[in-house]
Amino acid sequence: MRATGAGRGRLFVLYALLAALAVFTTFPFFWTLLISLKTSGPIFAIPPDLSLRGLSAANYAGVWNTLPLPRYVLNSLYISVVGVGLTLVICSLAAYPLARMQFPGKNIVFYAIIATLMLPEHIGLIVNFVTMIKLRLVDTYTSVFLPSLASIFGIFLLRQAYLSVPQELEDAARIDGASDFVIWRRVMLPLITPALATLAIFQFVAFWNSFLWPIIILKTPDKYPLAAGLLYLRGLFAHNTRYIAAGTVIATLPIVVAFLFTQRYFMRGITAGAIR
Amino acid sequence: MTLSRRARSTLIAYLFLLPALTLLAVFTFYPVIYGTVLSLFSYDIINPPRYVGLEQFHKLLRDRYFWIALTNSAKYVLVVPVIQLCSILLAVLVNRKLRGIQAFRAAYYIPVVTSWPVVGIMWTWMYDQAGIVNWVLRGLGALDRPLSWLSHPTLTLYAVMFVTLWKGLGWYMVIYLAGLQSIPTEYEEAAGIDGASRARIFWHITVPLLRPYVLLASLISTMAAVKVFEEIYVMTRGGPFFSTYTMFMYIFDEAFQELNMGYAAALAVVLAAVILVFSVLNFRVFRRGGLEYY
Repeated sequence: MRATGAGRGRLFVLYALLAALAVFTTFPFFWTLLISLKTSGPIFAIPPDLSLRGLSAANYAGVWNTLPLPRYVLNSLYISVVGVGLTLVICSLAAYPLARMQFPGKNIVFYAIIATLMLPEHIGLIVNFVTMIKLRLVDTYTSVFLPSLASIFGIFLLRQAYLSVPQELEDAARIDGASDFVIWRRVMLPLITPALATLAIFQFVAFWNSFLWPIIILKTPDKYPLAAGLLYLRGLFAHNTRYIAAGTVIATLPIVVAFLFTQRYFMRGITAGAIR
Repeated sequence: MTLSRRARSTLIAYLFLLPALTLLAVFTFYPVIYGTVLSLFSYDIINPPRYVGLEQFHKLLRDRYFWIALTNSAKYVLVVPVIQLCSILLAVLVNRKLRGIQAFRAAYYIPVVTSWPVVGIMWTWMYDQAGIVNWVLRGLGALDRPLSWLSHPTLTLYAVMFVTLWKGLGWYMVIYLAGLQSIPTEYEEAAGIDGASRARIFWHITVPLLRPYVLLASLISTMAAVKVFEEIYVMTRGGPFFSTYTMFMYIFDEAFQELNMGYAAALAVVLAAVILVFSVLNFRVFRRGGLEYY
């Protein structure tokens, strides 16, 4: 941009617009943070209390010690970590033959997997609930992550990554007498680490934020992941807005921080997953 | 046992696929088949399913709540063009090399990675009688008295749509950003040299070239709008007076509160058909486009 007067004026307007939009998308977070950091005064008032006086962490201590928030955090961590780990294994296995092997039925399998994107998943909710009853898995952590382990997004993302591995590397390993499994494990997997990282981040956010399926399939609120637990606590302690605000910040902060550090993977993941 | 090389490699390929295919079969394909079959049965989980034929579909036509829910779900599609237009404009705005632009893009994307319960809690406060929304609107002179946005018989649906817009904007922005970056800049430059205004370039060059992306994004957005659930559940639960009661809310209540699994399945089949109709409409509207447009 040229530093002429007009150019500078335009640049100023541009930044003002960008900043106004950033306020629009992030203001609710800052307001919630502010509510959670104060202990007195009216929360809802016109004009609102946006001053930075009298901040304290008392609500955080309160919500952490008196409500089952630590429990929810552990539930979320368990579900997310196990869920992400299993997703990586299942998707990296499934995507491999789709990218690098020739076998009868390959196209059928491939198109069947694509077709699932068009299937109405709301029907899945009803039937999967019945299935979980039959499998005697209702109210277990396993039931929370089991239906989303074979991620279509993941299979596509990893298939694309496998396709970009040069054929010579595979041929060299085969000449050395490596089996398919060894080639997958020792040659392919290390080369698709960036795609695996992208998938891991996406699945982690999905599991961390999930609440609909968990509230259906978990009957004991103590087993709820954080997002579901927060909603449950809001129902019980609606009057204690400041505690709920602190809980909201605790639920959001890890994801926002993780996002800010892995932004690049995010943007790449969306476009790789959606544009095809 | 000796297998031919071909048979062996086929076996290995399917072994790799086995875990994923098993899970997809059980939790993705089977539900569609069984769900459709279930719509012909009365089933409350405790007693075995009882065949009732099309009875539940007949009942549904006379069901007041079904029509309310269907109307609200169809109305929700109004949010689609608004989201698409806003996110295209946003993508155009951030599609430039500018100091700090990454930080702005991140700020617009943060609502996307936030969970619905958190969004619902925050926006319930934003929409409070004495909350920020009323304060801002009154400050701008758009309102003369505060409104209770989430308990208003006609406005609430639109208030919820606004949150859908707020949360979705960043996601669609990234899609369109990818679209914009795939367009060769020559077209816009040529039009600029010919003296076309920015608005004309946007409408007559950028948007048509973006068409495949618009198709994809509005398809996704329409499907999400017809089966809207999360934002409703965390903010209004369908209220006030069923004014935000949507198909998915009804399915949820029938299936998991009332345990009328058969009736819920019938509702779900109808919802799937409605989604299909809207998707086909979408294709018809946006089919032409992209570079072959010229």
